[in-house]
Amino acid sequence: MTDDPQITDPRFDGPGPDATWHAGLARGIVAIQRCGGCGAHQAPPSLLCRACGAPAPGFVDASGKATVYSATTIRRRDGAYNVSIVELAEGPRLMSRVEGDPEAVRIGMALTARIVEEDGIPVLVFDPAPAGGAA
Amino acid sequence: MADANRGRIAIVGTGITNRWEAPGRTAFDQAQEAALLALEDAGLTTRDVDGLFCSLSASGTPVLNVAERLGLTLRHADGTMVGGSSFVFHLRSALGALSAGLCDVALVTYGSNQRSAGGKLVAMPDPQPYELPYRPLYPISSYALAAARHMHEHGTTREQLASIAVAARDWARMNPAAMERGPLGIDDVLASRVVSDPLTKLDCCLVTDGGGALVLTRADRAKDHAAPVYLLGVGSAVSHRQIAAMPDLTTTAAAQSGREAYRMAGLGPGEIDHVMLYDAFTICTLMFLEDLGFCTKGEGGAFAASGAIAPGGSLPVNTNGGGLSCNHPGMYGIFTVIEAAEQLRGRCGARQVPGAEVALAHANGGVLSSQATAILGAPSTI
Repeated sequence: MTDDPQITDPRFDGPGPDATWHAGLARGIVAIQRCGGCGAHQAPPSLLCRACGAPAPGFVDASGKATVYSATTIRRRDGAYNVSIVELAEGPRLMSRVEGDPEAVRIGMALTARIVEEDGIPVLVFDPAPAGGAA
Repeated sequence: MADANRGRIAIVGTGITNRWEAPGRTAFDQAQEAALLALEDAGLTTRDVDGLFCSLSASGTPVLNVAERLGLTLRHADGTMVGGSSFVFHLRSALGALSAGLCDVALVTYGSNQRSAGGKLVAMPDPQPYELPYRPLYPISSYALAAARHMHEHGTTREQLASIAVAARDWARMNPAAMERGPLGIDDVLASRVVSDPLTKLDCCLVTDGGGALVLTRADRAKDHAAPVYLLGVGSAVSHRQIAAMPDLTTTAAAQSGREAYRMAGLGPGEIDHVMLYDAFTICTLMFLEDLGFCTKGEGGAFAASGAIAPGGSLPVNTNGGGLSCNHPGMYGIFTVIEAAEQLRGRCGARQVPGAEVALAHANGGVLSSQATAILGAPSTI
């Protein structure tokens, strides 16, 4: 009933953008949006292109290459860990974590995406790229 | 030609509870006390109020709760919630509502008991699923990410950030109502515990209780009150919700809200006598100094470290001691306006800025998410 084209707009049928993102991670894919109109990439996803306003941008697989845009080390009694804003090679920025020694994370550092499972949920994290790798 | 909205409404009463640690009082108790103090200051009663502007963390329906408790009969209400800058957004809404005759007496009020209730900053329930798995500390890690990027791009140092906390404390030492009034040096800030690099505990605002309120009328009615302070300009801007969505971590939407406020007021940063900048963290003061044009982009650290914003400096900033040393009940923005108004009324005792005629109050909400700027003027500016 809810997908009846007489009642609902078919451009927005199917899973919502957040569901598509999470389903991608569960399959080992970083699914970001690319607007068919203006070509802008975006993540996290949305029902429309934030750059030009066009509805229902489609999904593409991200390359997994990224760099650190900014980073902080959170220091708690039970240990320190990194929280970063990473900039994907395609342009969008996301909050994430760079794995390994948090003290070694530097702004501009090249990264490679990896999906890990935490508490039964797939989570996008990043590893420092091998030398000569992602840039 | 002057903008038609310049000086169109005025603050005619301010209320501040100065109860920064008040066990046994609810957020509503604080909001009500502040409202009554502001109305008494204006020579008005709750019977006169027909417009309520209210936001607080303790309730999703603050207007309903506060109106019931104060026994208000309202024609107009606005519960805009954009974090700690909400009250300066309310000033812009009140400008519209008062000017259009939708109400005649606008009460803006706020209260919090976050210190007594739990000792932690109380955030509205607003889960962010794209941040949650990474366990950022809310909100400090977002500000830390902005600070780290500012240091990377502009060479800003931890010592420069620390100088902002020290300047705020030096002002607080002249304010008998400030919560933290002990001596503080740069080394103390640098030696305090790092919570989220590069920010230490002493780069962070206080966690207090408290309440504040403002009463506003149209300028034609304001002349009947003892000490009106005119709203010369006000601008607001919404930039993002999550820090990763901020377009440029080193430039805030204060650039936009400030531009609108200056335009309406017909003034520039060189004509401001007194400045209040919402200092949830030291990096906030630094970036707002830049984005509001008090120094150039990238120079905020050096400007602050030069002593310019401290007592005796060229630009009096956060003269009450700020969120860093006076009070921070969670949504501090209303206190920037109250201190600015009180400076223009000449009521600030030892910390009074001599002859202040124009003040700027800037407020921040969320994680540098919403920004609002008000420029206030003494009657001589009208």
